Amino acid sequence: MTLRTRNKLIAPTLTREMVEQLSASKNEPSWLLNARLTAWELYDTLNMPSMQAEAWRRTDYTTIRWEQAGSLVQGSSAGVEVIPAENLAPLIGEAQGGLIAAVDGKIVHSELSDALKAQGIIFCDFETAAREHEALFRTHLMTTAVHPNEDKFAAMHAAFWTHGVFLYVPRGKAVELPLHSVFYNTTNGLTLGHVLVVVEEGAQVTYLHEYRSASGVEQHMAYVGMTELLIGERANLRYVALQDWAANANDIRHERARVAANGQLDWIIGTMGGRFVKQFAEIELDGEGAFGRMSGLFFADTNQFFDHDTQQNHNAPHTTSDLLFKGALKDEARTVWQGMIKVLPNAQKTDGFQANRNLVLSKAARADSIPGLEIEANDVRCTHAATIGKLEDEPIFYLMSRGMTRQDAERLIVAGFFDPIMQRIPFEEVRARLTAHIEEKLERMAQLA
Amino acid sequence: MTAVLEIRNLHVSIDGKPILKGVNLTVRQGEVHALMGRNGSGKSTLAYALMGHPAYTVDEGQIIFDGQDLLEMEADARSRAGLFLAFQYPVAVPGVTLANFLRASINARRKEANPEDKGISIQEFRRLLMGKMQSLKVDPSFAGRYLNEGFSGGEKKRAEILQLATLEPKIAVLDETDSGLDIDALRVVADGINNLIGPNLGVLVITHYEQFLNYIKPQFVHVMYDGRVVEEGGFDLAEKIQAQGYDWVAEKYATA
Repeated sequence: MTLRTRNKLIAPTLTREMVEQLSASKNEPSWLLNARLTAWELYDTLNMPSMQAEAWRRTDYTTIRWEQAGSLVQGSSAGVEVIPAENLAPLIGEAQGGLIAAVDGKIVHSELSDALKAQGIIFCDFETAAREHEALFRTHLMTTAVHPNEDKFAAMHAAFWTHGVFLYVPRGKAVELPLHSVFYNTTNGLTLGHVLVVVEEGAQVTYLHEYRSASGVEQHMAYVGMTELLIGERANLRYVALQDWAANANDIRHERARVAANGQLDWIIGTMGGRFVKQFAEIELDGEGAFGRMSGLFFADTNQFFDHDTQQNHNAPHTTSDLLFKGALKDEARTVWQGMIKVLPNAQKTDGFQANRNLVLSKAARADSIPGLEIEANDVRCTHAATIGKLEDEPIFYLMSRGMTRQDAERLIVAGFFDPIMQRIPFEEVRARLTAHIEEKLERMAQLA
Repeated sequence: MTAVLEIRNLHVSIDGKPILKGVNLTVRQGEVHALMGRNGSGKSTLAYALMGHPAYTVDEGQIIFDGQDLLEMEADARSRAGLFLAFQYPVAVPGVTLANFLRASINARRKEANPEDKGISIQEFRRLLMGKMQSLKVDPSFAGRYLNEGFSGGEKKRAEILQLATLEPKIAVLDETDSGLDIDALRVVADGINNLIGPNLGVLVITHYEQFLNYIKPQFVHVMYDGRVVEEGGFDLAEKIQAQGYDWVAEKYATA
C-alpha cells in the first residue's frame, strides 16, 4: 500500500456540499462561504501529513477512528446547563467580564459586561462577529497568525470550523476583569473550534479558555482547532488555556501568537485530558522588544498521548522568549515535546530560553523531549534544556524517614516537580485547579498500587 | 515511660556483602551515647539499617524500639514511632520547601494519632516553626527554600537539627552531623543539639572525629571495629581515642 492510498484511507470524508450546508446554516456572508470553499479545495488537494515528517513521526494520528470522529456534530440540543458549574464560574479572580460557552460546536451562552461593551471591547461568537464586525473579523481571521495552508488539518478547520470566539480589545484599553470561554462536548463526532484574539496597541487583557467534554462517551470525538493571538505594540495579553477532554477525545490544534514591538504575551497551557493530543503552539516575536512567555503543564496517564510542538521565533532584535514545559507521565502514557527556537539574522540581542522537564512515574510510560535551536544571528543568548527523570529512591526514603507514607512522599515529590511551573502561573485558582488534576491522577495510581 | 532502643546481635549486608557482624547496643531516652570508629567500620550502615533503608538487608538479629519490632516496620512507621535519623548527606528535594516538608511530616504524625485529623493549622505551624528556628539561630528565610537544594554543608546540617527539634523524637541518631562543618558551624550545630538533649530525648552520636564530643558530652562511648561494637566506656574512652587514635583498637581486634 502506498502512503498516498493510506492517506486517502484515513482522512475523514468531508465534502464540498457539507461546507455549503454548514455556511448556509449560519447565514454566512458570501466572503465567508468563499473563504470556506477555497479552504475546502485545499483540504481536498492536500495529503494527510506524512508520518515521516518531523512533526508527525512520533505521533501516530492513524489511531483516530475517523469513522466515529470524522463526521460533523450537528443537531445536539444540549444547552449551557450540561457544562459543569466549575467551568462556567470565574476561575481567575472572583468576577469575570464576559463568558461565552459552546456545546457540541454550538454557542449556547454569550455575555459581556456593559462596562466592557462601553469601552468598545468585542467578545462574541464568530457568527455575531461575521454579522456585526465584518471588517475587523475578516481582517484577522486566518490571515495573520494561522493560515489554512499549514497542513490538511488547518485546511479542514478553515473549511469546516463550527464555532469560535472573537475577542477584540481596542487601542489603549485595559480590561480589568478577565474574560472566559469554554468549549464543551457531549457526543462523538467532529467539532472545529477557533479562538481569535486581537489586542491592539497598548491594550491589556487576561483571557481564560477551557476545553472539556463529558465522560462516558465510548466513540471517538475529534476537535480540530485553531487559536490566533495577535498582540499589538506595547499590548499585553495573558492567555490561559486549560484542556480536560474526556478519554475519547482527539485534539489537533494549530495555535500561534504574533507579538508586535514591546508587546507582551504570557501564555499558560494546561493539558490533562484527551486520548490523543497534537498541539502546535507557536510564538512569533515580530517587533523589537517583544516578549513571549509560554508555560506548559501536562500530566498524561492511562494510555493518553500528548504531543506539544512549540516554536519560539525571534524575528526582530531585542526580543525575549521564555518557555518551560513540565510534564508527568504514568501508566502507559506517552508524551512528546518538541520545541524550536529560531532566530532570524536581523534579530540581534535576542534572549531565548526553552526547557522541558518530564517526570516518568511508571515503567511503561515514555516521554520524548526534543529541543532545538536554529540561530542565524551572531549576538544572541539562547539556552535550552531537556530532562526525563523518574522518582528516585533516595528522596522517597528521606521523606519517609520523617514519617510520611510512601504515597505521601511520592505526592510531595511530584508536587515539588511541578512547583517551578506553578510559580509561573500568577493565578491562584488556576494553580489550584491544576493541582487538583495532578492529585486526582496520582490518587488513581495509589488505588491501583 | 522511657523509650529504649535495643539493638541485638544485628547483622546487616549490602548487595550480599556483610557489613555489620553482630552489633549489640542499647540507648535509652534521656541518655547521650557516642558511636566512634574509623571510616568503614560500619557506623553509617548501622544508622541506615536502624531507619530501614531498603538497600540494607538485615540478615540476623533484632532491633526493638519502645517495645516494637522495628524490623517489621518501614521507615515512615519507624519515624512515627519516635526514631529520628539526622542524615550525613541529606538529599535535595527540588520544589519542596523546608516548611512544606516539615508540615507534611508533622501531619503524618498527627494522622497516625488520629486518622480524622485535618492537619496542623497554618498559624499554629508557623508559630511552632518560627520558635524552633529562632532557638536554633536559623534565618526565617530558610523555611521558604527548597529542601537542601543549594544548601551549604552547614545549612544542611542545621536543617537536619531543625527537623529534629520540630519532630521531637524519642531517640535520635546523628550520623556524622559534624562532618564538613567548620569550627563555628560545629559550635552552632552542637549548641542546637545540646538544647534538645534532656529527659525526653536519647541521642546516638556517630562520629569518627572526637572534637564534636567535646561539645556534646556523651555519657556512654562505644567503639566499632569491623562491624561490631568492640569497646565500651564512659567519656574517658573518647578521650583515649583523642589521645591515641584507633590503631590500638585495630591491633587488639584484628582477626589475622
